[in-house]
Amino acid sequence: MNPVSRRKFLKISAATISVAAAGSAIVKGAEALGNKSGKQVKGVQKIPTYCDICFWKCGAIAYVNDGKLWKIEGNPDDPLSRGRLCPRGTGGVGAHYDPDRLKSPLIRRNERGREEWVEVTWDEAFTHIADKLQKIKEQYGPEAVALFAHGIGGNFFKHTLKAFGTPNIAAPSFAQCRGPRDVGFRLTFGEDVSSPERTDIKNSGCIVLIGSHLGENMHNSQVQEFAEAVGNGASIIVVDPRFSVAASKAKFYLPIKPGTDLALLLAWMNVIVREGLYDKDYVQKYGFGFEQFAVELTLYTPEWAYPETGIEPELIRLTAREMARYRPATLVHPGRHVTWYGDDAQRSRAIALLNALLGSWGRKGGFFYPVSMDVPGYPYPAYPKPQKVNVDNPDNKYPFAHEAITTGIRDATISGKPYPVKGWFVYATNLIHALPNEAETIKAIQNLDLLVVVDVIPSEIAGWADVVLPESVYLERYDDINVEWFRDPFVALRQPVVESPHEQKPNWWMAKKLAEKLGLGAFYPWKDIEEYINHRLTAAGLSFDELKKKGILQGSKQPNYFDEGVPAEFSTPSGKIEFYSLQLAKAGFDPVPKYNRPSPGPPGSFRLLYGRSPVHSFSRTQSNHILMDMTAENEVWINADVARRMELKTGDYIRLKNQDDILSNKVKVKATERIRPDCVYMVHGFGHNSRGLKYAFQKGASDAQLLTRYVTDPLMGGTGMNVNFVTIEAEASHG
Amino acid sequence: MARFGMVIDSAKCVGCMDCVVACKTENGVPEGFNRDWIEYEVQGKYPSLHMEIRSERCNHCNNPPCVYCCPTGASHVHDLGGVVLITHNVCIGCKACIASCPYDARFIHSDGYADKCTFCIHRVEKGLDPACVSVCPTRCMSFGDLEDPNSEVTRLLQSRNHHALMPEAGTKPCILYLV
Repeated sequence: MNPVSRRKFLKISAATISVAAAGSAIVKGAEALGNKSGKQVKGVQKIPTYCDICFWKCGAIAYVNDGKLWKIEGNPDDPLSRGRLCPRGTGGVGAHYDPDRLKSPLIRRNERGREEWVEVTWDEAFTHIADKLQKIKEQYGPEAVALFAHGIGGNFFKHTLKAFGTPNIAAPSFAQCRGPRDVGFRLTFGEDVSSPERTDIKNSGCIVLIGSHLGENMHNSQVQEFAEAVGNGASIIVVDPRFSVAASKAKFYLPIKPGTDLALLLAWMNVIVREGLYDKDYVQKYGFGFEQFAVELTLYTPEWAYPETGIEPELIRLTAREMARYRPATLVHPGRHVTWYGDDAQRSRAIALLNALLGSWGRKGGFFYPVSMDVPGYPYPAYPKPQKVNVDNPDNKYPFAHEAITTGIRDATISGKPYPVKGWFVYATNLIHALPNEAETIKAIQNLDLLVVVDVIPSEIAGWADVVLPESVYLERYDDINVEWFRDPFVALRQPVVESPHEQKPNWWMAKKLAEKLGLGAFYPWKDIEEYINHRLTAAGLSFDELKKKGILQGSKQPNYFDEGVPAEFSTPSGKIEFYSLQLAKAGFDPVPKYNRPSPGPPGSFRLLYGRSPVHSFSRTQSNHILMDMTAENEVWINADVARRMELKTGDYIRLKNQDDILSNKVKVKATERIRPDCVYMVHGFGHNSRGLKYAFQKGASDAQLLTRYVTDPLMGGTGMNVNFVTIEAEASHG
Repeated sequence: MARFGMVIDSAKCVGCMDCVVACKTENGVPEGFNRDWIEYEVQGKYPSLHMEIRSERCNHCNNPPCVYCCPTGASHVHDLGGVVLITHNVCIGCKACIASCPYDARFIHSDGYADKCTFCIHRVEKGLDPACVSVCPTRCMSFGDLEDPNSEVTRLLQSRNHHALMPEAGTKPCILYLV
């Protein structure tokens, strides 16, 4: 999923593996501990695993008391959690005990979306799916089946579907999230920022956050390092229409007009170049096309940017100089969920260029070079070669998309072009909340002969499925090992801590059974996942038993920066950092980013912005009772003066209506000084309408429901979603 | 005599609520209740704002009104570190302590007794930090002996400006916030 070019010399041989210092006394392996099997161990057991409440994959230690899951803490040996989980990881206990979980395989018994099911056995479910898949294959070819998957748990379904013969495998994490950022950085440095991000926050002297709300967005290691940097007195610059938590830590807060970040970035670069504040040696040594780039920048003075952004010219100059003062230990953070306005890849490229001027790529306090252990993949047979090209990006319309575009698959499913798509597999991603324009998703679903959803809870997308497969939560299953790319090399194990309470099964088991049903058993030469993991670890000279006990095995320290010996090589066409991009020019795009003013909304409306809560992940944690006890519904942030004018106060219920007359669920007002008057803000993931989610049902409102419009990024097909506008509608019943 | 307290660096706190979640799982706090919580104090006018984020809980006061008003002696000061505790089976759930607490730190547990933060005395007795302190991803919380001149909490209080909550209440709180 993350095909970053890596340098060979960093491949670490198995012989160099050193065992991590034993920071925790893990006493027991992962013998089955649940009640279902009748096996129950008395007393407290500590079992290491890694988390799956988000995609960060933090090392954790689960405590089981008399066979029952008690609590989860961070694994001190884990470089990601550093012994401390985020609130979602700590609250992961609630995922196991969630009473609304999917319990057995289901087959639809009425029309789609009615959420009426027949409980079936696993064998019946697989037989049904396999029959449908074979029919699709016979009529349309295997390429007519697509997989949408999120997270490491999708690995085995990807394997099964590749074995089936389809190339159409996508994740919303590209076109609805970090894709534009990775494209912008690839175009500039020849590599993307990867996940977990290679941001060297803890060593930064100056951190610039542009709409990135660290602390609310709880990417654990980043938040830990951010707090560490704040404690060390780092200079924080925050650009956000909302006074975020990070803004409260900032030396400079820039209350930018939404959608104008690129104007600010160009003006910052203008100041840094004009005043000669950039890292001249670095630019000279590693840069390509700097002179042309500098010429293009001359127009973008702080005075030019002022009416666009609302940021005073002197503040633009001051903050540009502040960044230069700390360089190269200045990190202009690339963000993560950056699909905002449709110019996102170029805005991300501007962020990359600003970092390049500051010389922060490959330098301490900027962007480090991640390293990894060399753990070979399982030696599977070769996949059949698809007869058709990927369906999501016909004629290479989005020339810089380096991953599949979810919404491209959706378009093809609706139009039947370039060829029909008749089957969808959806693994652990609630497409109804993840993709903009729900109506298009539902329209696409109506063209399918088969929709299979694998999930742990009855999400909205599961409600539309023909077959629902209930998965064990991460605390109840093995997954693929995590061979992480980070500061230091390590491998982590997810292993079962407790048994699944009902008929739920792990993804690997489902993917293997389904492959066998499809006559693809040769692609699963291993008996079970333990055999698979053991094979991979043995090939790397690592011990599965030791990994079971420790949860994490670390390799030895490797260089992370240019001045530690990382070669300054850039996988761009010029082999240098591309200030001026000939490949963009050749493809008909701006070789240096240009600013386009965002379209204003209808008079009297507010731009709808959304973000994250520290206690929730996407739309998948709202039935976790522990996390819902922290935040049970979202609120609409409305500027205090605006609220006063509209006679609204905190706690009042309203509804939002968007430009296409879509009306939200009722949602509480948060009247606050912490937001501009021209926009409103809400946390993503609430407002569930799936009837199976009894506890989360209609708590708060869904931003996704209101995102009927999106602007597609012409470089890579990402969907800019901050282009929707809402009005505030009174809600008759208060409370 | 040890006097346990907490020093919390509000400059580092991001209000993520991990302390609240950890308390819940560690102590089995029932659904609908929490022994600790997050407060945001916002001052000023957009965009010139100041915001303090605080993880709050029972202040384990040196002058605890909840202990003084308890008719049964259930609320008491523990020998170890002066921690304010409640003996559940002696509590009659009369709520006098709830009324007396200026910090709103207490609630009636679903089993009928008054409940609140214990500083995780069961952990502290084993030499561990309270659960909230031990999980905090920002490492903004420190627990220790406020009377010990060499403790981390004392050192932090000597090195930084700090404040307590509602000092005017005269309760002499043992949770202090670095600013």
